[in-house]
Amino acid sequence: MSSYAKPLKIALGLAVIAGLIVVPMNFNRYGLFILSQWAVMSIAAMGLNLTLGYAGQVSLAQGAFVGIGAYAAAIMTTHGWPLPAAILVAIVLSFAVGWVLGYPALRVQHHYLAFVTLAFSTLAFLVFRNESWLTGGIYGISNIPRPHIFGIATNKPLPFYYVCLGSLAIVSLAVWWLIRSPWGRAFMALRENPLRAQSLGIDTRRYTLMAFAIGSALGGVAGALYAPLTQYIDPVPFNLSLSLDLLMMVIVGGAGFYFGPFLGAMIAVLLPEWLRFTEGYYLMLYAVAVMLLLIWSPTGILGILDRYMAARRTKAASALRAVAKSRLETVQ
Amino acid sequence: MSAVLEVTDIKKSFGGIHAVSGVSFDVREGEILGLIGPNGCGKSTLFNCILGQLTPSGGEVKLDGQVVTGLRPSELNKLGVSRTFQLLQVFPKLSVRENLILAGQEHQGNMASRLVGRSDAGLTDAANQMIGFFKLDHLAEEPAGGLSYGQQKLLDAAMAFMGGPRLVLLDEPAGGVNPSMLADLKERLVAINREKNATFVVIEHNMEFVMSLCSRVMVMAEGKVLAMGRPDEVRKNPAVIEAYLGH
Repeated sequence: MSSYAKPLKIALGLAVIAGLIVVPMNFNRYGLFILSQWAVMSIAAMGLNLTLGYAGQVSLAQGAFVGIGAYAAAIMTTHGWPLPAAILVAIVLSFAVGWVLGYPALRVQHHYLAFVTLAFSTLAFLVFRNESWLTGGIYGISNIPRPHIFGIATNKPLPFYYVCLGSLAIVSLAVWWLIRSPWGRAFMALRENPLRAQSLGIDTRRYTLMAFAIGSALGGVAGALYAPLTQYIDPVPFNLSLSLDLLMMVIVGGAGFYFGPFLGAMIAVLLPEWLRFTEGYYLMLYAVAVMLLLIWSPTGILGILDRYMAARRTKAASALRAVAKSRLETVQ
Repeated sequence: MSAVLEVTDIKKSFGGIHAVSGVSFDVREGEILGLIGPNGCGKSTLFNCILGQLTPSGGEVKLDGQVVTGLRPSELNKLGVSRTFQLLQVFPKLSVRENLILAGQEHQGNMASRLVGRSDAGLTDAANQMIGFFKLDHLAEEPAGGLSYGQQKLLDAAMAFMGGPRLVLLDEPAGGVNPSMLADLKERLVAINREKNATFVVIEHNMEFVMSLCSRVMVMAEGKVLAMGRPDEVRKNPAVIEAYLGH
């Protein structure tokens, strides 16, 4: 790797962060809402990326965990609890439910596991819709308050956008730490070769359950932010299509790449907005764009970058080998 | 010498097929025991039963006198039992070094310290040492899936030694490895056996390799032990010649 690559990366990262803080100051209400939604969906997609991209466990239930987090936050904050407490409860609740949902993954894998999690997704939706004593049923929960953070009211779109962005930053750092820890490596071992992992002392059962639980907990965090963002929730946004959307974000961005969910969420949240000028055609164009991308690069957008870097590395390595060989020949 | 591994009357059937039907043997501390026999005689199934990858239909496995039958592979590995695989079993997308770090990481600390503690703690050094020992230096950064078959075999063996195991079960380590690399592999195995006092059980079809490496050889046929003894004894055994070695 060249010596200027690292400072360049850091500079780019800082520029993006500064941009995310400064640029939206001029945005209107709607622009801020979309950007906040991007931050929230990035958190949920990061959770799924952990479960699916790193640990290789297919889940079609991430949307249900967003729902669990959203209802937990909506119910608690409308009863006077502060949002941070609600986020904590959302984390614990979705961690516990995610842990239990992990048990089927110890027996079934791949599309069988997808079906198990799909069934769970449907079950969660039915609970949101039918248990109206708790969730308000089809009428949902309205007037969800936005929090005061350090005494500052975040009712207005810009302050609440910063709440979402700040949460995204915290979650990003935590996930970065996690995937670089031995746990992250163990998750990748589950994905790459569970048989070998077992024989190296990796407790595949425990790590599988952890992958589900942690990924789900991040879904819960996203949900707990989604509720005060929209300030009104009903069961519809948390049906199966949200799980499929989140799955698409992870796949399109690049499953198993750290930055995949950020990109995937950007495309899923922003692209439909940018294509809105095409009016009736925007969903079709969006669908075609996604299909073309996945045909071109089944490993997502970051997969393209990865392939390009790998090709450059190989080229550099073979150039080095050629030089070494010619030197050897001159010596002889 | 005391027995590291005692296997008593292990049985395993799949439906009506008796893959292993009552195998008993022991492995002494520090020895290299060869395990040979025709294809389908139950060698790999026996390995899988000892290692907890399969639950035996009957019998008992003891490690240092403790019954370990029914323990999970990961638990056995933490007790110092390690293995290599007949077919390539590496983590293809991870680099050679990451493969080795993964192979060692569960042998230190606990779940909590592996999450919040220092994520390295000497693992990289240990991995680099193993890379040097198996002469994989030039490949350390390469994804394991890009290595040649023989190199992946070496990596597979190196991974088995990362946690400093007491007992290593090697399933056809020489299969598909070219002759010069094979001599290298043998030299490495002998060195680890002597210096680290690791005990080996080796399944292998390459007779020259087995006969020169092992202190004792066990021959299996049709799920049973046919013969057990020093290599030269086994080689002359008429039943072994009949069933496996040929005339």
